[in-house]
Amino acid sequence: MKNNENGSDAILYKKENQFKEIWRRFRKSKGAVIGLILFIVIAGGLLAADLIVPYEKAVSQNFGARLAPPSMEYPFGTDGYGRDAFARLLHGGRTSLSIALLATFSSAIIGSSLGAIAGFFGGKVDNLIMRSLDIFMSVPDILFTMAVVYALGPSFTNLLIALTLAYFTNYVRLVRSQVLNLAEQDYVEAARAGGAKNARIIISHIIPNAIGVIIVNTTLNVAKIILYESTLSFLGLGMPPPHPEWGLMLAEAREFMRTAPWLMFFPSAAIVFTAASINLIGDGMRDALDPHLKS
Amino acid sequence: MNTANILEIKDLKVIYKTDLEVVEAINGLNLTLGKGKTLGLVGETGAGKTTTALSILKLLPSVTGKILNGSILFDGEEILKMDEKKMQAIRGNRISMVFQDPMTSLNPVLTVGDQIAEAIQLHNPEMSKEDVQKKVASSLELVGIPSWRSVEYPHQFSGGMKQRVVIAIALACEPELLIADEPTTALDVTIQAQVLSMIRDLRDRFNTSMIMITHDLGIVAQTCDDVAVMYAGTIIESGTAEDIFLNKDHHPYTVGLFNSIPNLDVKTDRLSPIEGLMPDPTDLPKGCAFSPRCPHAMEICHQKRPPVYTNNTHNIACFLFLPEGKQGNKGGEE
Amino acid sequence: MNTATHSKPLLETKGLKKYFKIRKNVNLHAVDGIDLELYPGETLGVVGESGCGKSTLGRTIIKLLEPTGGSILFNGKDITNYSVNQMRPLRREMQIIFQDPYSSIDPRKSVIEIISEYSFIHKMYSSKAQTFSKAVEMMELVGLAKRYANSYPHELDGGRRQRIGIARALSLNPKFIVCDEPVSALDVSVQAQNLNLLMDLQDNFSLAYIFITHDLSVVKHISDIIMVMYLGKCVETAPSDELFINPLHPYTQALLAAIPKPDITMRNKEFQLIEGEVTSPINMKPGCRFASRCPHVMDICSQEDPEFLEAAPGHRVACFLVNDK
Repeated sequence: MKNNENGSDAILYKKENQFKEIWRRFRKSKGAVIGLILFIVIAGGLLAADLIVPYEKAVSQNFGARLAPPSMEYPFGTDGYGRDAFARLLHGGRTSLSIALLATFSSAIIGSSLGAIAGFFGGKVDNLIMRSLDIFMSVPDILFTMAVVYALGPSFTNLLIALTLAYFTNYVRLVRSQVLNLAEQDYVEAARAGGAKNARIIISHIIPNAIGVIIVNTTLNVAKIILYESTLSFLGLGMPPPHPEWGLMLAEAREFMRTAPWLMFFPSAAIVFTAASINLIGDGMRDALDPHLKS
Repeated sequence: MNTANILEIKDLKVIYKTDLEVVEAINGLNLTLGKGKTLGLVGETGAGKTTTALSILKLLPSVTGKILNGSILFDGEEILKMDEKKMQAIRGNRISMVFQDPMTSLNPVLTVGDQIAEAIQLHNPEMSKEDVQKKVASSLELVGIPSWRSVEYPHQFSGGMKQRVVIAIALACEPELLIADEPTTALDVTIQAQVLSMIRDLRDRFNTSMIMITHDLGIVAQTCDDVAVMYAGTIIESGTAEDIFLNKDHHPYTVGLFNSIPNLDVKTDRLSPIEGLMPDPTDLPKGCAFSPRCPHAMEICHQKRPPVYTNNTHNIACFLFLPEGKQGNKGGEE
Repeated sequence: MNTATHSKPLLETKGLKKYFKIRKNVNLHAVDGIDLELYPGETLGVVGESGCGKSTLGRTIIKLLEPTGGSILFNGKDITNYSVNQMRPLRREMQIIFQDPYSSIDPRKSVIEIISEYSFIHKMYSSKAQTFSKAVEMMELVGLAKRYANSYPHELDGGRRQRIGIARALSLNPKFIVCDEPVSALDVSVQAQNLNLLMDLQDNFSLAYIFITHDLSVVKHISDIIMVMYLGKCVETAPSDELFINPLHPYTQALLAAIPKPDITMRNKEFQLIEGEVTSPINMKPGCRFASRCPHVMDICSQEDPEFLEAAPGHRVACFLVNDK
């Protein structure tokens, strides 16, 4: 009897696969699942853009069909140069979304790491990071980004660098304050008392407890970055024309707001749906990662 | 209504209802407090001590907290039927409350003098400014703080001093009933002694009736006339302090509570605590709430809620002392 | 006492100091010259009010805080200046149990993960399965049902959470544990359960405890020797019973008098009060630190540090009242 029980221990405490567990909790949230489906549809559509409508249509100008309303031929109408808005939306989305996602992740990783280092080690390291950040932040974002893009020239990579630099500062302060708080918890001291090294403490105790805030902030930033791109495009510092991009499309559509409102509607809707789906996924992720909300 | 009683609670039932669950915080609580008397309300975390206090003041969280039935008579008047306006005239004026944590019950951006003045003006709007200031000064002196400190902010006071300020605010309108909810739990033992002795002096001076909520039987023994022991939302034993501390007969929970405290005079090797834990308040046992932990539990204890056995002033809600229980117990022993 | 059977102390501190820098030239003397000895299987109770430095002392002894001065000897070795890496193997022998059962365990880890963490760090067992089954043994040892293994801390009550902390500390088979107010956050009935557990474990594994608390009845119950601290200094040390029967330092006397006893013959009698409050030990000057509150204060008390001298066998006290006789 006793032996039997002990024999089953190993199976009993075999940890459920972490991803499976997280996925099980993630699925519980309706919003998150809807967000995920929406995101898959959008991302799938963008990935398959070449199959749906050739890139050629997004850039070829047809002055005979300027500002055409949505029709069978042009499902989302045409813009001021007679380019197919549907094709532009699909192909432009690839650029917009990939820049937004990449810039969000790179800024989140750089910012969070700096914040975690500043908060965890404190003292001189903290001072150095935070004072440099102050200098960084004293320059207005837009000015800073413009300077970077202007200096490096508008291209995909340079835009990515500029956006990352503009956004990573958000995370530093946020994560630093989280880590400052977490590093004071007794369980961090308990890990030290057990002989844990700093790396283990950060990876195993600090990050899992700070991740919720980082994820929510990250997902909120995706939408902001898409809009920020549009500002840059508006200033002529986005992706070089004629390459389409959601922000650029919005900026161009502004002129025709009264005569061709659909030009504004579809890119706006695309941004809103993308942002909403990512936010929903983010919320679901945060909850799925938190054992408090288990069961 | 017995006019010698300042407070009479009968068959009070309070629940906290959220979307997920219903917490049965108070289940048929009966309590009386004589004028000028001090009642010690004893129990562990989750027993419903604070909920009882908040019910008396009608300060239960409005979204979740609900008084299902019962009556609370304060000086002969039914509190549960009073409207909010009438309650406001009573709170802080005729009934005051002192909370456990002095750090959070004071407003950090107002001077302590202003905070005491506010309490006075609220209930005495006609009082002149000078009179209010005089009253503030005398309130502070009363709790052993020099009156010139009235211009200082809470952070300039130590924990013990802050609790004195809180008590000064509570007593500013000379209430008839003071509810002190663990007033010294956050304080060090030497400071606790100072504050307790001050509370006792002031109580005697103004003949204030008092409910002292605490988990510390030592504090009860030293300050209270009457004692009520709470468990899972009901009073399981009540009586005079003599009944509780000197009598032989006790509810098994009270016995367990006493055995859990290490004795200072006798060296014991092991404590004999109560086994197990408080029942889940969302899913209370059907019979006596203590029955799952009780070493003397009988068949009947798991089925029926025990009625109250009364011997003069001493009340025990336990079948052990009742005829049906005595039979059952004998049967069990044979 | 155990002193007779064990010739060498397991742990010894000499003039141990821990100062915290507040500003330039302003130091908080949290621990200010503490001498103590702890023998295997013995419990040293450290008692004092908040701010007396008792928790800092506990953390400095096991080098979670770097000492400012003095020395720590563990098993005869001077570990005062050991680096974090040098300390790592010693962590298996000295452990700590924390006061707050809510903040001392990671809310994102399951019970079994928390208990097995130390074993993984020290690679105690060859396989994962073995580590987990050892952790389950630890759970049984501290009276946690096996079915909680995959639970998360927030699903358990304070008493059980505290047991997780105890199991974690025991998982490395230490010889010595600093218990920092391990039962203060618990209700009395649960507190008694956990105190019994700690005493049983001590008997079974001949553990040495430094038991830090503000609760005098608890400290008397569990300790062999008690040390009373006031503002970073030790004012009195004595065997447990002796201290309660014959407290010599006025502060110890005041502490004992201030405990509300569950005895109604004392009802409404005046408490024996000491006036004033504990101050912060910032940039301390010579003189007895209790002098400003002491009912028996003399001129010399504010001029010189009283020496810590033996008043009776095993009973040492730092007070001019006692030592000048």
